[in-house]
Amino acid sequence: MAALPQGATASAWGGLARLLDTPRKRGFAIAVVLTAMVVAPFMLGPYATVILTNALLYVVLALGLNIVVGYAGLLDLGFAAFFAVGAYTVGITTLHFGLNFWLALPLAIFFAIIAGVIIGTPTLRLRSDYLAIVTLGFGEIVRISARNLRETGGASGLIGIDSPWILGWHIETPLDFYFVFCVLAILAVLASARLVNSRLGRAWLYVRHDEDAAEAMGIDRVKVKLAAYIVGAIYGAIAGAFFAANLGAISPESFSFQQSVLILMAVILGGMGKIPGVVLGAFIVILAPELLRDVGDLRLLIFAVGLLLIMLFRPSGIWPAGGRK
Amino acid sequence: MTVFDIFTHQLVNGIVLGSFYALVALGYTMVFGVVKLLNFAHGDLYMVGGFAGFLILSVLAPFLGTGWLGVAISMLFAMLAVGFLGVVIQRVAYAPMLAAPRLSILITALAVSLVLQNAVLAMTKGQYQPFGANFGFGGVNLGNLFISYNQMVLVGTAGVLMLGLELFVSRTQYGRAMRAISVDKDMCRLMGINVNAVIAVTFFLGSALAAAAGTMAGAYYGSLWYFMGFLIGLKAFTAAVIGGIGSIPGAMLGGLILGLLESFGTQLPGVGSGWKDVFSFSVLILVLVFKPTGLLGKPEQERM
Repeated sequence: MAALPQGATASAWGGLARLLDTPRKRGFAIAVVLTAMVVAPFMLGPYATVILTNALLYVVLALGLNIVVGYAGLLDLGFAAFFAVGAYTVGITTLHFGLNFWLALPLAIFFAIIAGVIIGTPTLRLRSDYLAIVTLGFGEIVRISARNLRETGGASGLIGIDSPWILGWHIETPLDFYFVFCVLAILAVLASARLVNSRLGRAWLYVRHDEDAAEAMGIDRVKVKLAAYIVGAIYGAIAGAFFAANLGAISPESFSFQQSVLILMAVILGGMGKIPGVVLGAFIVILAPELLRDVGDLRLLIFAVGLLLIMLFRPSGIWPAGGRK
Repeated sequence: MTVFDIFTHQLVNGIVLGSFYALVALGYTMVFGVVKLLNFAHGDLYMVGGFAGFLILSVLAPFLGTGWLGVAISMLFAMLAVGFLGVVIQRVAYAPMLAAPRLSILITALAVSLVLQNAVLAMTKGQYQPFGANFGFGGVNLGNLFISYNQMVLVGTAGVLMLGLELFVSRTQYGRAMRAISVDKDMCRLMGINVNAVIAVTFFLGSALAAAAGTMAGAYYGSLWYFMGFLIGLKAFTAAVIGGIGSIPGAMLGGLILGLLESFGTQLPGVGSGWKDVFSFSVLILVLVFKPTGLLGKPEQERM
């Protein structure tokens, strides 16, 4: 599995890997990252804060998709559907039914689980490439439904979604939301790390490596894959709920196929199945357009070519492979 | 209009739409049959074919005009060009991945699709491109039903191309090799078949058919867009699955069935044109769940 580019790059990455190889060094790195997260918005100003918030949103989304693609090895091309279910549930229940955000959030998760079961149960028995195309179709069904239904506000979407209160604090300004998304991203990282080391997480990796062998060892592959789907859906729904609360307005085009592709790119560019890799990928996907602003329409082309090159020359992604198999 | 008029009108629409779907579905099914790869980029080859046809037509227009002859010649050149593009894609992107896990191959195919889409996006700035073919508005009246010459020529051309492909696959040595490879690639290699050459021919033919459909669609609907391959790729895949993926007559049948289903489906109460795509995707999901081998496909042994 060592299809890495040789020479300088490999050793440079190896050096980076060595920076994180003991618990103490890792603890130090975590402290640095946390400090940077707190200090960044004050150092970089309001515009950068909004961009960073967006990057953190993508961290949550990409970690959710990573569970489906990176851990369980199922290609999901319609992940934006779960993101949409979360956002629209919060939008509709708070606007039309006057629900509090904190009551809408569990509902959003509930509906995302339902959506995951509806799409997962019949399709997870299929060949993996069929699954990819069915999820793509499913993503489009959700987007088109949002466009056509009256309850979802049609093509113009929903506006005027309230931002939530917590313990007497109104989460309102971009800076407030930045910190909320910091917390969400940290929780997403911790949950992913716990999951992948759990019994279920090991079952995912086993199914991904060799489905038949996994089944022979008594793992119910359909159940395990469905679990991956549902957990991914929950991540998507939570991200969607806070996305809706943050922007106050949502429209169907935020949940298009391109959105699903962008999330998938974040997972793959950084290194699917590796939490730091996925986090890195999410930041690349959001920050690169800011840095590449001059190239305009070429931006997506550069991403696409990058994705192709990654697949051909370094399928494990940018982040170096870990010691653990 | 009476119910019968609506019926015949939708029948014609369905057949025209179905011809496009069938041409694109053939490429999916052929490639799938030979290399077991779901070529996500196939719909984009249709789109590139449309643009290639347009570019060639704008070069040839001073000599041949923008009527039938000009479009037909442009279509042939576009088929040639996109056919080679298909072979290049196979050689550069898919050939090195043949031994890789299925997930990697699928993502690679998706990446190729995104590269094609965004390359055209960058070149066209995301604008619609008018095609500028000039066929006139003639046609035949059958009672209340009007069938334009456009529609007839289009369906006729699609029919000729499909017949040609069927003859190629059933009568020529390459066709026989293609069928053999879809059964057992390794054994074919042992029997001295040049598997790589046959795979290249398969990609060439599939891509060329997609380009033919793209040029015809551009001429028929009058405009091109970088994202036009996405939806038809999905629909054509649905058609290929309905007919049974890997089966060439199945792809033709599936294309026609999907075209008719769509054109009649939008007439159902409560469906309407806004829900047209939801209707097709639901058909896809139902077929995959209840009859994944499709109408003419063979049951699959391998489980992935």
